[in-house]
Amino acid sequence: MAAKVPFWRAASVSLLILAVLLMAWEYAVLPVAGSGAAVDPEYAALLGQAAAQGGTTPMPGPSAIGKRLVELLADPFYVRGTNDQGIGVQIAYSLLRVGAGFALAAIVAIPLGFLIGMSPLLNAALNPFIQVLRPVSPLAWMPLALYTIKDSAISSIFVIFICSIWPMLLNTAFGVASVRREWLNVARTLEAGTSKTAIRVILPAAAPTIVTGMRISIGIAWLVIVAAEMLVGGTGIGYWVWNQWNNLSIADIVIAILMIGVVGLLLDRLLGLVAHAVAWRE
Amino acid sequence: MARIFSNPFSAESRLDACGCGAVHAPGLACDAANAPADGTGALGEAAELAVMKAVFPEDATRRAMLRLFGAGTLVAAIESVFPLATAREAMAQATGAPEKRDLKIGFIPITCATPIIMAHPMNFYSRHGLNVEVIRTAGWAVIRDRAIAREYDAAHMLAPMPVAMSLGVGVGQPQPFAVAAIENINGQAITLATKHREKRNPRDWKGFRFAVPFDFSMHNYLLRHYLAENGIDPDRDVQIRSVPPPEMVANLRADNIDGFLGPDPFNQRAVFDGVGFIHILTKELWDGHPCCAFAVPRAMITDTPNTFAALMRSIVEATAYSNKPENRREVAQAIAGQNYLNQPPTVVEQVLTGTFADGLGRVQRVPDRIGFDPFPWHSMAIWIMTQMRRWGQLQRDVDYAQVAEQVFLALDAGRAMRDQGLPVPASPMRIETIMGKPFDPANPAAWTERAIRT
Repeated sequence: MAAKVPFWRAASVSLLILAVLLMAWEYAVLPVAGSGAAVDPEYAALLGQAAAQGGTTPMPGPSAIGKRLVELLADPFYVRGTNDQGIGVQIAYSLLRVGAGFALAAIVAIPLGFLIGMSPLLNAALNPFIQVLRPVSPLAWMPLALYTIKDSAISSIFVIFICSIWPMLLNTAFGVASVRREWLNVARTLEAGTSKTAIRVILPAAAPTIVTGMRISIGIAWLVIVAAEMLVGGTGIGYWVWNQWNNLSIADIVIAILMIGVVGLLLDRLLGLVAHAVAWRE
Repeated sequence: MARIFSNPFSAESRLDACGCGAVHAPGLACDAANAPADGTGALGEAAELAVMKAVFPEDATRRAMLRLFGAGTLVAAIESVFPLATAREAMAQATGAPEKRDLKIGFIPITCATPIIMAHPMNFYSRHGLNVEVIRTAGWAVIRDRAIAREYDAAHMLAPMPVAMSLGVGVGQPQPFAVAAIENINGQAITLATKHREKRNPRDWKGFRFAVPFDFSMHNYLLRHYLAENGIDPDRDVQIRSVPPPEMVANLRADNIDGFLGPDPFNQRAVFDGVGFIHILTKELWDGHPCCAFAVPRAMITDTPNTFAALMRSIVEATAYSNKPENRREVAQAIAGQNYLNQPPTVVEQVLTGTFADGLGRVQRVPDRIGFDPFPWHSMAIWIMTQMRRWGQLQRDVDYAQVAEQVFLALDAGRAMRDQGLPVPASPMRIETIMGKPFDPANPAAWTERAIRT
């Protein structure tokens, strides 16, 4: 393993890379000046800036995106009617959906995982179902969910639920199944009941594995919500991306990508803290 | 004459006389001056249905009575104690307060939705006692599914969608929906990538890749018809894909398609962004063709007739307002913003005013590039069905005229138009002129298998 790199050195190299990337980007999208086709001013007034000069509207540069970012973040929580709400409001909607779907998945997956982990019979019986359903892309469920549930908000929560459940279920089952025999034997000699054994011995022992499963789940859930909201529309950061796509405003889409990344990172860190809290060493 | 609802006086005899007393095809044929609200049409029938249900709660009894006495006697008997004709008229006029005020209406952000959208900021809904929320929706399939799930009380749809849904084409089972009013006429265009500016003859388009917004759309049918009339087989010689309109512009830029027949503002947006030019306006293919529609589930007419009537009045009024050239600029300003279309105002304004850059260096002035005429002509619905049949979407024979009458609510739209003082056509059928050829709705057979001439 290499020696530990001081934080400031790594940070300055990161910043340098970022600066070079942004500069290259800004340079690449500079409009080509002087090639403007001579068109009458009335015609030019009806076109976008670049099109009027004979080109096509270019990809926005980092400066344009930065300007837009400041605009958006200056007032992220406004609500002006059903279809015009700030980016903060949209992220809140998405978080709410992810939270609801994820919580439901945890309520189902953790107890079920416990049962599967504790009972080899159940494990073998449910395994084929899990193996078939697990690789299905969450979005493939969407049309079916819309058709049967007949409610778009609940459908997107269902999609989050169905994609969050598998990592939690499998990790819980694995964690519970691999609790040390000796500990269970000790519990038995102390004449602890099944529920007591489960709560006092198995749960703490399996907790780190369970939280790891939750961490994987939340990552997937956050990935999926964007696509689900683009499909269903209404509210949420995914819908916001779709809406800006509708308007072909590339700067806003880049900003949305950035926001999605940052929120995803924060969610992961949050569960990282939980994982740290339940970790134990022998 | 087909009914919109199942005839409550069914079995052998039928009672279809117009509310004005004369025996003729009810509704539009009825002289406007003599019987303005004649109690025919969807609302009048809803009244009959309600009365019959009240008199005979058991349907078996109703059928037995009808068989025994015949509808005429029965109606006479009912009318001796209940003013059925008056009820029909009263219901048709629907002056009562809306049963349901809070409505959700879904729309797709294109200029075709103009009356539905502008009625919100310009208070056409609230003037008729409705509290409407207009909800931007991600795509046509989502609109369809949400409308079926009743998440939306009414919705902006492509005119062929309610026809397809009612026939059970493209959906699991038939979903009875109706076109209360046509949203816009004309207002579409064929846009090609800038690199094809020399290829203006459709005969040179073999191998092109085109996009249309939805399989059940006027865009699809018009493009197919235009290509076929120019000797291109739309199924073999070119590729036609279903693509959401904003992606049409992006795909045109990425050279992934050669052109599209799409809704505005995306034709104009392609010009605005410098990626394409407007080859032809659909107005030049079929002047006055329908595009989008204001669709309601048919249950709305029976369950909440006053709401339906208020909604109909709002939409007809908004459509008439949008159609006036002097209002177009104001309407464009009202709908261009974030809450509605979310497009640069100049793009929306060019579409609505008809003074636009064509992408080839000229400023064109076509004031009727897009028009707003709410009247749902049955002849339009019949042409739509001939095309569904022609291109294999509809696999069986249907009674075109009957379906047209059930789905396109010409009587009710006509009544709302008459109340606004708008001229109402005497018949919902007319000869349409499509690419210079007459389409006679009474004799549509020739168009279902119209040959692709090479």
